[in-house]
Amino acid sequence: MNLWKDFNAGLIKENPVLRLMIGLCPTLAVSNNATNALGMSVAVAFVLIGSNWVIALIRKVTPDEIRIPIFIIIISTFVTICDYIMQAFYPTLYAALGVFVPLIVVNCIILGRAEAFAYKNPVLNSILDGIGMSLGFALALVSIGVIREILGAGSVFGIALFNPTVAATIMILPPGAFITIGFLMAALNKMEKKVL
Amino acid sequence: MELFGIFFAAFLINNILLIRFIALCSFFGVSTQIGTSIGMSFAVIFVMTISSAVSWVVYHFILTPFHLEFLRTAAFILTIAALVQLEELYMKKMVPNLYRAMGIYLPLITTNCAILAVAFLAIDYKYDFLPAMVYSLGVSFGYSLAMVLFAYVRERMALAPIPKWFQGYPIAFITAALMSLAFLGFTGMFGL
Repeated sequence: MNLWKDFNAGLIKENPVLRLMIGLCPTLAVSNNATNALGMSVAVAFVLIGSNWVIALIRKVTPDEIRIPIFIIIISTFVTICDYIMQAFYPTLYAALGVFVPLIVVNCIILGRAEAFAYKNPVLNSILDGIGMSLGFALALVSIGVIREILGAGSVFGIALFNPTVAATIMILPPGAFITIGFLMAALNKMEKKVL
Repeated sequence: MELFGIFFAAFLINNILLIRFIALCSFFGVSTQIGTSIGMSFAVIFVMTISSAVSWVVYHFILTPFHLEFLRTAAFILTIAALVQLEELYMKKMVPNLYRAMGIYLPLITTNCAILAVAFLAIDYKYDFLPAMVYSLGVSFGYSLAMVLFAYVRERMALAPIPKWFQGYPIAFITAALMSLAFLGFTGMFGL
């Protein structure tokens, strides 16, 4: 039951992007189409689950005073692994995500979960927390990506739905990202009031 | 002329906040008051210029000769964290007035992704030392401009009648969308 709660929290109630307002930079920058959004979500999930796992594993032997530098080194190790795997196997995706792959290291979600959860909880719970948080991040990122791609390019995951000449190109340009997340948050506010 | 182009592109055309979407946490976090946004902007200009100089030197004179380029993520973030600490100590001792003005923003800067992003981008664009400096100055001025303008709008917005569901962050995002639209207007200027 407890394990389920750790897994579930990240999805909606503590959704990192739409609720806690962290990890915004990659969310807005790479959500111009659904494929990039999914690629970024997988990269963040890999780093988050990996770093949560290692940090929970060594939490008993980590000196309290220097825990933050240790977290950062663990996280940047996973980011470097992810960086090189993507560069080798998915060069087009890597080119589209650009500087945001190395920037995962300063993504507040990852250091935030390390400090708030993985450092205080056993390995299994930490891994589940990592999976839940990554799914919450992916949910927000992919839904923004899908909305922007449909409205801005008339397609989903590159599959054309309607003639792109009638699509609003503004949605795949930078302002579209701000508009989409603004309306999505307003909708979530409204839904939450209705449920309560 | 080339340096002017680099500066202008970094300052307005590829504005780091509104077009490149880097450092948005601080953009929404500290822009509720004009005073704090100005303090943060000065701290960013100060730290970004120094840290991109140091990380450029670290990359080209330490990592490249030893073929350790794969360590750049870890090396840069540790360099920046250490540098921010040093700057804080130095300012506390040597320029206490300035320290009081931007003191609380300095530690926050370690997690400001703009600082790290500029270090990476200057390497990715293969800039020499001087262009890298001009580039980081352009980026930090662009950051300050967007930040302070946004803070002015948000202070006025606090008094405006806003639909209930849009209060707080949603309307802030939509305001940012309008500002970003305005900045898109600079695209193509001077053939950049």
